[in-house]
Amino acid sequence: MKHRRLRALIRKEFLQILRDPSAIAIAFVMPAFLLFLFGYGVSLDARHVPVAVVVEQPDRDTEAFAAGLAQSPYFEPQRFTDMTAASAALQQRQVEGILWLRQDFSRHLLRGETAPFSIIVNGVDANSARLLEGYLQGVWQNWLQQRARSSGVPFVVPAVSTERIWFNPALRSRNYLVPGLIAVIMTLIGALLTAMVVAREWERGTMEALMATPVTLTEILLGKLLPYFLMGMGGMALTVALALTLFAVPLVGSLWTLSLSSALFLLVALGMGLLISTLARNQFVAGQLAVIVTFLPAFMLSGFIFDIGSMPAPVQLVTHVVAARYFVSILQTVFLAGDLWPVLLVNSAALAFMATIFLGLTWRLSRKRLD
Amino acid sequence: MAEAALALESCTKRFRRDGAPVHALDQVSATVRAGRITGLLGPDGAGKTTLMRLAGALLLPDSGRVTVLGLDTRSEGMAIQERIGYMPQRFGLYEELTVQENLDLYAALQGLSPAEKKTRQQELLALTALGPFGNRRAGQLSGGMKQKLGLACALLRSPSLLLLDEPTVGVDPISRRELWHIIQSRRNAGVSVLISTAYLDEAERCEDILLLHEGRLLVQDTQASLQSTLSGRCYRVRREGTPRRRLRTELAARNGVLDATIQADGVRVLSDGGAPPALPAEQWDAVPPRFEDAFVNLLHGRAASLQRPEPPPPPRHDLTPAQDDLPVIEVRDLWRRFGSFEAVKGISFQVRAGQVFGLLGANGAGKTTTFNMLCGLLSPSAGTLRVAGQNLGHAAAAARARIGYVSQKFALYGNLSVLQNLDFFASVYGLGRQERARRRDWALAHFSLAPYARVNGQDLPLGFKQRLALACALLHQPLILFLDEPTSGVDPLARREFWSQINGLAESGVTILVTTHFMEEAEYCDELVLMSQGEILAQGSPQAIRSQAATRDLPNPTMEDAFITLVQAHEAGLRRAS
Repeated sequence: MKHRRLRALIRKEFLQILRDPSAIAIAFVMPAFLLFLFGYGVSLDARHVPVAVVVEQPDRDTEAFAAGLAQSPYFEPQRFTDMTAASAALQQRQVEGILWLRQDFSRHLLRGETAPFSIIVNGVDANSARLLEGYLQGVWQNWLQQRARSSGVPFVVPAVSTERIWFNPALRSRNYLVPGLIAVIMTLIGALLTAMVVAREWERGTMEALMATPVTLTEILLGKLLPYFLMGMGGMALTVALALTLFAVPLVGSLWTLSLSSALFLLVALGMGLLISTLARNQFVAGQLAVIVTFLPAFMLSGFIFDIGSMPAPVQLVTHVVAARYFVSILQTVFLAGDLWPVLLVNSAALAFMATIFLGLTWRLSRKRLD
Repeated sequence: MAEAALALESCTKRFRRDGAPVHALDQVSATVRAGRITGLLGPDGAGKTTLMRLAGALLLPDSGRVTVLGLDTRSEGMAIQERIGYMPQRFGLYEELTVQENLDLYAALQGLSPAEKKTRQQELLALTALGPFGNRRAGQLSGGMKQKLGLACALLRSPSLLLLDEPTVGVDPISRRELWHIIQSRRNAGVSVLISTAYLDEAERCEDILLLHEGRLLVQDTQASLQSTLSGRCYRVRREGTPRRRLRTELAARNGVLDATIQADGVRVLSDGGAPPALPAEQWDAVPPRFEDAFVNLLHGRAASLQRPEPPPPPRHDLTPAQDDLPVIEVRDLWRRFGSFEAVKGISFQVRAGQVFGLLGANGAGKTTTFNMLCGLLSPSAGTLRVAGQNLGHAAAAARARIGYVSQKFALYGNLSVLQNLDFFASVYGLGRQERARRRDWALAHFSLAPYARVNGQDLPLGFKQRLALACALLHQPLILFLDEPTSGVDPLARREFWSQINGLAESGVTILVTTHFMEEAEYCDELVLMSQGEILAQGSPQAIRSQAATRDLPNPTMEDAFITLVQAHEAGLRRAS
């Protein structure tokens, strides 16, 4: 291996990246777009949900309840006087749920009986509906407790649960979405971009010219690995910086565990990208293959958005061959829980194993030949 | 004889295509002698590129042995690659990198020391005249400049053997001449050269010839001995009062004539070696043989013979334009811009009924852009276009019903059979059921496609693909036939057949507009325009254009000479004006 040749190849690769709009789009624009989409656009929390409050006979109690609702950060209540108008609003999706306080609400309440109180939620989006239902129940319970305390009447609840939420006490979905994005961005750079730039060399005939020179196979492979490794780590650094500053995601673990595990995952992604490029010699096929076997699984099956535990058993089995799954688990642990070695070591071992397999296969399958 | 620079010993190389093995090379044994220029010739698909890649140790033979400079490609590929220069078909340049950066990259890859690099690069930049363009990106160079840069990259470390895979495809004649000049100078410096080409006229610049056809080596010989077998068998024939095209048809059918093509102001004839079968009123002048004659001589009888074309039925009369005196195609001050780039710059010409009219020029001259505007596929930026009496701006559909179009890549459906392709195109042109059957039978008979009726388009040999494309374009009996580079990559025999079909059509009154970058094909046209960089440099009959370039030193210039003279004069004029 000659350093001069390797240096020339790396220099060429960087010049190409800098001057090629499509490489810049994949390496910088797509990650930035995803980051802003998940940082600002997508939220899995229920906040400021519009709900209808139907009060059939307003009095002191119902007013107090409605006022309590309005102060909650989760709801955006709208007042209605009868159910017909409220259900019309629900049908038009102007509101996501209805709280129905019937005529005899206060009378029943004074007697200490179960108050006639109904919750109706739009169940089309089952996940949000369940969240909303729980939140509304919570508000109701809270209000009852407060009312009992202020009126001096002992309020008997058979058992009280104390809630403690660990690792993400504010329950902000951004806190685990943004770290998970690092896995997606590194897959983009390591697998998709790498597979496409190698395929482009085949398409344009430069690979043929390259192979006719006394360059070695190791130099060609390293000439691709090193630049895109640096790019991937750059992408990681940028995402982490934005996560910590712009999106205020906490980093509980240490920066060097994060960097080391990222480097490990990047080797897996590069291994997949180079392996794809030994099979597909045109950019279209390479791009499609990379999206289907690396990017989409990193998105859907890694636990980045959808919880692996709630997937059907066969799909859960499939997630074990998705490298991003292990990395997302590492990321969420390092960011939100800290350097928990039992978790980190198991997942890192899986990544190291996969990196060895993919890079090893690439080395075996590549030959300095055109067929 | 010096040691062989390259030797193939009964090499076979197969590839799989759609599951079936294809012999790219079949038991080929050949040698390339050191210190000489060897031409590797053959039509597309003959196996030229496979042979080049075997020589570059980029492919290994399935059986047999390849020795390069005394080294076996199986075991000593790396040592071979340290001593060869290799230029693949698309030049192998990084388009995002500048000229200088490409040279630096290849210098490093070939292991030049910084001092060597500097002197070699200076020499090569001077040789290729690329010096002033060091900072230009390779992607922004013209075809000819890319080709020279590709060659410079292959020459950086003074190779012992230079392998060039079709370096001159689609490049303009001037750049081709410059490239050959560089190759000659390397040969004189002791480099062995193997160059593959589909242009038969380039074979004349090679000292030795290897001729491949369908994966087999047909000929390995020196230029001189090939030519000597043909001496006294080539003539130029003229007869007062008979148009060249009719004379050619007549001569081609005569016994003792192997080949007849239109050339300059007569018909070029290759006889079978017996006494020239001349008629009294004809004038037969002996001319020196060309490599193309040797090729036709060798392949004659090998290719499936096409039955003599019967003249196609005349065009439908209901489509004949009402005003017979008007030209069939009229172009006036036509412009086409793509952003700030002017592809066509205010050209004007007229085509009369029954003419074969040629648009001649290198890649990027604006031929295809003009052509697409004439077919109504692209709208002009300015100017008027009348096709078959219709203004294309207003009545594109009406004009299109009267034209037939054969595109560069033969727009056929690869997974439909010949019959299905014919049926599809017939229904696209709106033919009724009976008419469709009648025209389909005509096409099968006329183009000898019947034996292939159930073969899928993609599995046809190239020559038959071309026939099928032509048949599809003629189903609705168009008045005007547009042909875009119809003969590129097709072997010379298929090209001759093709032109005899075209002649027959022209005689029956169909107007034919054809683009080509084969300068010698211009001779088949009644009239042509010569284009360069979006402008028309010359217009008229082939004889008239050639005579514009005649000088005292060169009284009978070829079309290529004429092209070069006219382009150079035009560029000199531009420089004076600026």
